Amino acid sequence: MTTAMQAPKDKAGVKARNRIKAFWLHLALIPLAALFLAPLWMMAVFSTHPESAIFSANPPLWFGGAFGENFRGLQADTNYLRALLNSVVIASLYTVFSMLLTSMGGYAFAKFDFPGKGWLFGLILATLTIPTFVTIIPQFIMVARDMQISNTYWAVILPTLANTIGIFYMRQAFQTVPTDLLNAARIDGASEWRTFWQIALPVVRPAMAALAILLFLASWNDYLWPLLVLTNKDSYTMPVALGTLIGLTRVSWGGIMVGTAIATIPFLMLFLALQRHFVAGIAGGAVKD
Amino acid sequence: MTTVPQPPARPHPVRKAGWWARTPKAPYLFILPYLIIFLTFWAWPILSSFMMSFKDSRLGDTAPFGLANWSRLVQDEFFRTALRNTLVILVIQVPLMLSLATVLAVALNSKLLKAAGWFRFAFFAPLVVGTVAYSAVFRLLFNTDFGMVNRGLTGLGLPAVDWLNQSGPAMTVLILAMTWRWTGYNAIILLAGLQGISEDVYEAASIDGATPWQQFWKITLPLLRPSLLFCLVLSVIGTLQLFTEPALITNSGPGNSTMTLGTYLYQQGFRSFNFGYASAIAYTVAAIAAIFSVVQLRLFGRDE
Repeated sequence: MTTAMQAPKDKAGVKARNRIKAFWLHLALIPLAALFLAPLWMMAVFSTHPESAIFSANPPLWFGGAFGENFRGLQADTNYLRALLNSVVIASLYTVFSMLLTSMGGYAFAKFDFPGKGWLFGLILATLTIPTFVTIIPQFIMVARDMQISNTYWAVILPTLANTIGIFYMRQAFQTVPTDLLNAARIDGASEWRTFWQIALPVVRPAMAALAILLFLASWNDYLWPLLVLTNKDSYTMPVALGTLIGLTRVSWGGIMVGTAIATIPFLMLFLALQRHFVAGIAGGAVKD
Repeated sequence: MTTVPQPPARPHPVRKAGWWARTPKAPYLFILPYLIIFLTFWAWPILSSFMMSFKDSRLGDTAPFGLANWSRLVQDEFFRTALRNTLVILVIQVPLMLSLATVLAVALNSKLLKAAGWFRFAFFAPLVVGTVAYSAVFRLLFNTDFGMVNRGLTGLGLPAVDWLNQSGPAMTVLILAMTWRWTGYNAIILLAGLQGISEDVYEAASIDGATPWQQFWKITLPLLRPSLLFCLVLSVIGTLQLFTEPALITNSGPGNSTMTLGTYLYQQGFRSFNFGYASAIAYTVAAIAAIFSVVQLRLFGRDE
């Protein structure tokens, strides 16, 4: 009954009312959007001004020319280039290994029936909402005391590879792969590994791209765990190096803003280009069943 | 392999193989690498820290089991402060953020919105910013003497606020910072939920004369409930573990007025290296998270 065609009588009225609604919508949203962008804008602007300008009576709202000078100050306060290199290596290794582990595991849970499957999956599910606080102390004892690998890349990477959300995400992705497709490959004589690597993986490539971006970003920005296991200045990651500067009195804020800008702006640009993948990744982790 | 009793012979030409031959190996091999990491670095630590919370770790590995940590916890004034601060942030920040995220999701989903991509960018951009980076920016922006926020306030003729040296304002800065960082993240999840609601429902409602206001309360919110619940559970667990922001923006201060369970756990575990006591704090966080999750599921979960 409700599918009846809308009467055309008040079409003009609806249009006019929508115009007013659109006006109010934009009027409310534009200042709010500006407020959300303001901290990022100020970060970028401050990174190009000397400290004296940042703390002047009329702080700048547009870019200046002191980026290089600020960067040299930052590099003198902490070995920032080294920290960036460490962060790039750690985030890359973490992303590659985590993708491999979670896609293999997710594939098995999605596409095989085997004794113990429900039990194993239940075990992982049960620990999904356990706060990481619970695990960091034993992890720290293992990594720092038992394995003696503090200040190495693996100290940061290994414990974070136990990524429960990734398993769920990849399991969901592989559930969309038709089993017939896999069986066809098997009948053609492909090994289980080849079926996975050459048939199943390419199908879920978009989902993997979304997950990879989020994993890289999470590792890139991680603070607490690297802070615990990296005690040597040369092994600091970018957030740890920056964290040591914040709150020190004799450190230049222009330099810190350069550090945050370098750490952030490439990802803002990536986000602008790949917004769909980011959004799909975040929403994909949420929309289940 | 042959020690396992064979199933009774069936009238098949080929004999059934033993369980070893019948059990597929491939799925186990696929799971094995993840499973080793999961058990070593996730499942075992969960058990281990529980046991550790019953040991006075300052006495070494061979310390007897006891309730020393837990009885200290109950009487610890600093722990109570940390717990109270964390709950205050939770009770104010989470509803504030989720309300804003819901309104934003509805607005961003509107067909009347022009340049929706740019609006999305503005609200979603904070989620790529690391906690350390944005803590630095917020600390600078809320600086009492030189910060842009106070410049803005005095420019509008309002009094400047000594943000980071008073307990209430310091708490406010943390809440604002977290809201800035996480609202867009939640709005993405809610937006995905909104896009799952059929257009027909709204059309039917508006033909029946429902106002947009009624539609929001009677259609949007109830149908958004699973997404909201997901956001709520995640936000509560995240806020209970709040660490970087109080550590870097306010240094848990002034006094201990923004000390959270996270910063207190860090101090006990990794400054005083009292692993047993820190484990007891960690398990308290886990217990509170579990209680919140159950209550939320009861209150807002499916009613059947």
